[in-house]
Amino acid sequence: MTKSHKDIPLTPISDTPSTMNATGLWRIVTPVVDRKKCKKCNICWKFCPEAAVRLVNGEPVIDLSYCKGCGICAHECPQKCIVMAKEGEQ
Amino acid sequence: MTRMVMTGNYASAYGAKLARAQVIAAYPITPQTSIVEKLAEFVAAGELNAKFIPVEGEHSAMAACIAAETAGARSYTATSSQGLTLMHEVLMWASGARLPIVMTNVSRAMAPPWSVWVDHMDSVAQRDTGWLQFFCESNQEVLDTIIMAYKVCESNGVMLPAMIIEDAFILSHTSEPVDVPEQSAVDSFLPQYAPELKLEVGKALGFGSLVKPDQYMEFRYKAMEGMEEAKSRILGVEREFKHIFGREYGGLLDRYRCDDAEVVLACAGSVASTAKDVVDSMREKGSKVGLARIRAFRPFPHDEFKALANSVEGLGVLDRSYTFGAAGAMYTEVKASAFSAQKKPAMKNYIAGLGGRDITPKILEKIFEDIQMATKRREGPEVEWVDVAGLPRRWR
Amino acid sequence: MIEVRFHGRGGQGVVIASEVLANAAFRMGFEVSAFPFFGVERRGAPVTAYTRIDKRAIRIKSSIYEPDYVVVLDSSLLKGVDILEGLKPDGKVLINYPQGKKLQNLPTRFKYFVIDATAIAASHGLGSRTAPIVNTAIMGGFAKICDFVTLDAVLESIREIAPVKEEENVAAAKEAYEKTVEAIL
Repeated sequence: MTKSHKDIPLTPISDTPSTMNATGLWRIVTPVVDRKKCKKCNICWKFCPEAAVRLVNGEPVIDLSYCKGCGICAHECPQKCIVMAKEGEQ
Repeated sequence: MTRMVMTGNYASAYGAKLARAQVIAAYPITPQTSIVEKLAEFVAAGELNAKFIPVEGEHSAMAACIAAETAGARSYTATSSQGLTLMHEVLMWASGARLPIVMTNVSRAMAPPWSVWVDHMDSVAQRDTGWLQFFCESNQEVLDTIIMAYKVCESNGVMLPAMIIEDAFILSHTSEPVDVPEQSAVDSFLPQYAPELKLEVGKALGFGSLVKPDQYMEFRYKAMEGMEEAKSRILGVEREFKHIFGREYGGLLDRYRCDDAEVVLACAGSVASTAKDVVDSMREKGSKVGLARIRAFRPFPHDEFKALANSVEGLGVLDRSYTFGAAGAMYTEVKASAFSAQKKPAMKNYIAGLGGRDITPKILEKIFEDIQMATKRREGPEVEWVDVAGLPRRWR
Repeated sequence: MIEVRFHGRGGQGVVIASEVLANAAFRMGFEVSAFPFFGVERRGAPVTAYTRIDKRAIRIKSSIYEPDYVVVLDSSLLKGVDILEGLKPDGKVLINYPQGKKLQNLPTRFKYFVIDATAIAASHGLGSRTAPIVNTAIMGGFAKICDFVTLDAVLESIREIAPVKEEENVAAAKEAYEKTVEAIL
């Protein structure tokens, strides 16, 4: 329902933080980390453009409610321990 | 000639391909992206012999086109809203440097508020840059106009760049039947770009030099002449195009059923296409209405509007943009031309369709009726915002 | 003029469905127009697409408000979206829905048809198990319920448009055509 021009602020302002914008549904492929190969170098954490990789005891934990499946972590991992699996089949 | 169903964006890509663009430099932005993707496909498949330069931003896209065109290569780019306005500085360069670059602008609303949908604020804001501006109402027109624009712009007496404007989503992402001309036919219509002066290896020349106040004006005068020459060149090229391809678009001002019209609505872009249906249905009910589609906003169809003003009782102008502190830009310019006419019709400005707000046949019918009212009672606001929530008038 | 509205989610091929219909009608000699409306361009978000079909060239470029047909590629939209908005009184609705299951809470004044496009698409290997591409199957169903576009035209259109698995897509559409039935309300 369109709001009257009298009932809106001067410019559109959102009070919903981006943390509410769960973009995990965008994924077609999902990163899967092989913990045995992981050397805890933190490169995946550094490169993730969405800050969807968190470090827990130095190990990468990917927040799947935000991860959009861009594959940059898998591409940058020097150990090649991250694999992009088809969504729903990991 | 092949008839295919395609989007306005693909029509742009085919236009640039058939025109044998030699350098394409572009940066992606919704809803232009598929133009550049399609062109990249053509180049990768060897169907288009062009140098494709993926640049880091729209300012660079235009800068690359300027450099390429200065070196004698036919250049093309495409953009939209935020990207177009980012290029503004270099748009001025392209025209001042007299470079016949052709660009598609997928006309989209400016932020904030953030929007990806159609309006003309971005395009209209470039009206002072010295670029030719064509507003299209169909995908066919987009394809054909890109080809015609290169011919017009590269003419000796013109040598100015042109932007071909397609409405965001309404043309860019809408699929409709398009006749794709044969390459051989386009080649016979559009010769190779062969400028007199260009950047050449072994011949040192500086382009865009400093000019002191005692000489600057003369350069601007020449550019003015180029834009004035474009008026007749556009008509001439369209006649040639019609002869070879069988299609025409009404020149600078596409007049639909205006000859005996009492009331005419002027507008630009895809809304004109819908409005032509409305003209027909209103004519069936006995209303003598007509539609004047502003196909070329630059150069402005001054003579055509002066003549139109002389022959109608009411002339309304629908702007899909707004110039804050004044009125709709198209209205302001139409009114200026009408001022030179002997007869002064009732005139009114309708601001509609901003940010992709749909302009339905019903809304257009009400606008026509409103102009009819204005011819009888010359009172009320001269500028009216259509379909804004919270205003007393209902338009849907 | 015939107007069709498609409802689905981003990633299900809603826009392509509208183009398959446009292309099919175009090959049969009609004038067509097909266009999407995106809220946000992302997978999972509701997407609406439209197709207009007419004998004369289509000049109208505003949106479709009173469709003659509504096609729903994802039945989960029945809860959040008013898929029947503006549907003409004699309008027909085609929903991707398991056969034999009752359709709940829908006004009986319209004609509803169902086809389990999800199962058909999955059985022909279209898309993934969790995200099958149902658009070609549902277009087969649409050919069944409409009176202006033939199955052959739809199949030819699918062959032209499908980027991969042409014959699987065609087979899915054929199967859906056979299995589309009136819904149980």
